[in-house]
Amino acid sequence: MRGPKQIFAVTWLNLRNLPQRIGSSVVAVIGVAAVVLVFAAVLSMAKGFERTMISAGSDDTAIIMRSGSTSELNSGLSNEQALIIAESPGVLKDGDAPVMSAELYVVVDVKKKSTGTDANVPFRGVQSGAFDVRKNVSLADGRMFEPGKNEFIVGRSAQQEFAGLETGSTIRFGQTEWSVVGSFEAGGSVSESELWTDVRVLQGAYRRGNGFQSVRVKLQSEASLSELEAALEADPRINPDVMSEKEYYSGQAAPISQFIKLVGYPLTILMAIGAVFGALNSMYSSVSVRGKEIATLRALGFGPLSILVSTMIESTILALVGGLLGGAIAYLAFNGFQVSTLNGATFSQVVFDFAVTPDLLIDGLKAALIIGAFGGLFPAIRAARLPVAQALREL
Amino acid sequence: MSEILARLEGVSRTYKKGKESVAVLNELDLEIPQGDFLAIMGPSGSGKTTLLNLLGGLDKPTSGKVIVGDDELSSMSNSQLSSWRSSHVGFIFQFYNLLPVLNAHRNVELPLLLTDFSSKERAERASIALDIVGLAERAKHYPRELSGGQEQRVAIARAIVSDPSLLLCDEPTGDLDRDTADEILRLLQVLNRDHGKTIIMVTHDAQAAEYAKRTLHCDKGTLEAKEAA
Repeated sequence: MRGPKQIFAVTWLNLRNLPQRIGSSVVAVIGVAAVVLVFAAVLSMAKGFERTMISAGSDDTAIIMRSGSTSELNSGLSNEQALIIAESPGVLKDGDAPVMSAELYVVVDVKKKSTGTDANVPFRGVQSGAFDVRKNVSLADGRMFEPGKNEFIVGRSAQQEFAGLETGSTIRFGQTEWSVVGSFEAGGSVSESELWTDVRVLQGAYRRGNGFQSVRVKLQSEASLSELEAALEADPRINPDVMSEKEYYSGQAAPISQFIKLVGYPLTILMAIGAVFGALNSMYSSVSVRGKEIATLRALGFGPLSILVSTMIESTILALVGGLLGGAIAYLAFNGFQVSTLNGATFSQVVFDFAVTPDLLIDGLKAALIIGAFGGLFPAIRAARLPVAQALREL
Repeated sequence: MSEILARLEGVSRTYKKGKESVAVLNELDLEIPQGDFLAIMGPSGSGKTTLLNLLGGLDKPTSGKVIVGDDELSSMSNSQLSSWRSSHVGFIFQFYNLLPVLNAHRNVELPLLLTDFSSKERAERASIALDIVGLAERAKHYPRELSGGQEQRVAIARAIVSDPSLLLCDEPTGDLDRDTADEILRLLQVLNRDHGKTIIMVTHDAQAAEYAKRTLHCDKGTLEAKEAA
């Protein structure tokens, strides 16, 4: 029991002494806070983007495109093929009707509210089953577009990010004037970055005949995906790529989130190295200022281990305070902050929120603890090896 | 003849100063009986404090043996010496070395954290020690709220709270006026006479040395020690 009691006592004394060296301690705390802030802020972009993309996807919804398509944009399916897909095994039926939506995907120019510059916004033609094949999609205000009319509904994120999409307004894309008749929510997913209209109207407006680019079907169960895939691959009239919607969106999320991580991790590591030096400076200063105290404690019989461990604990506590501060600032400043970026797979904007998630904050705190441990180690060794007789003489 | 508490056998201590070796103590032999109150006088650099540090296990001899009680300090590791100090020796410094963030009671209690006493026992022993030095009513005061003499009394209470047999005092009155110094020295006499503490006191002050039972002189670090006349 003496060991822990010694360590606790010396640590408590160290912390009681903090006000005497507030300057260097604050520098160390701010250094670590900056690391965690940047770490959480940068990676919250990747998290937010992943969440937006992946939350749109469901395991029991399949998306079918032409074989070799990398996205809906370069896919193409005929009306006949869409009907074959709808009647395939594994597709959930509501009575006799398959739960499906054959869709067309075009890109339109809309100005960003923030910059006033044109941005590519996805304009999706959907069938009446569009709400049934997607999860968490519901009308937020206004009404549903009427089939056959130049009307569309707009995702809430797109409405917030882009100009001229308020419910009740009209907007011109090419030669056609469109009415915005309502908005919809989709749990913050990528669908909220889109405009939706009747697929037949969109086919006419963009001279796409009666073709589609993708077909979404609700599966009887997650396991039905392989059944559907096997049936479609065996059908010579169709040459499809079949995947779950979740898999489709995960694939689209990967390049951007990986790029952000590629920037975020090295940046964090570089800043962390700087923060380690900040912590080292603080702790060397702490050991120097407490030289008399350390020497006295050692003379009284406190062991070198208790001095070492208590110095490490002090450094770790300072780093933890920095980590919590950085995490809190990152959360308050960035969580939910909405931006849009170009999805390379579809050449269209995806609106997403920065997501400072609990696991990101925990990773940030882990980084802070590592900084604290490294920053405290060498000063702690110096403190523990302080030659007591010499230190007492110099005081 | 009283039992010998501490013994130096052929003790030398040499310090490195750059490439040079400076001998501070050379082949020193010394015996300190139990219950002694020994004053060590001599000019700066004569090795007085080095001698005290060796007896307190704060330093190790370059050669020779330092034996206190049944323990040979010169063969102990640093950790063993720490543990030994906590139960066998009390230090009293010139500038008191109290911890400013702790009140008098907590300062006195500090060495007891190295024992197995419960918090209640620690508190009781700290109170007794403060009572012995006449500062029971100042237990809650912080060092900054005490006079120099009071601070040194707290430091003495801290030195005796673990009931060590040996008290090592390095210029205990060097920072005090004459009257206060005399009070502290009388207190040390009481501890020696009534509580059986063996006291070794390094001092420049001949008047302070008069309170001791005997005085040894170190001569310019030449390692000679002789009984005072």
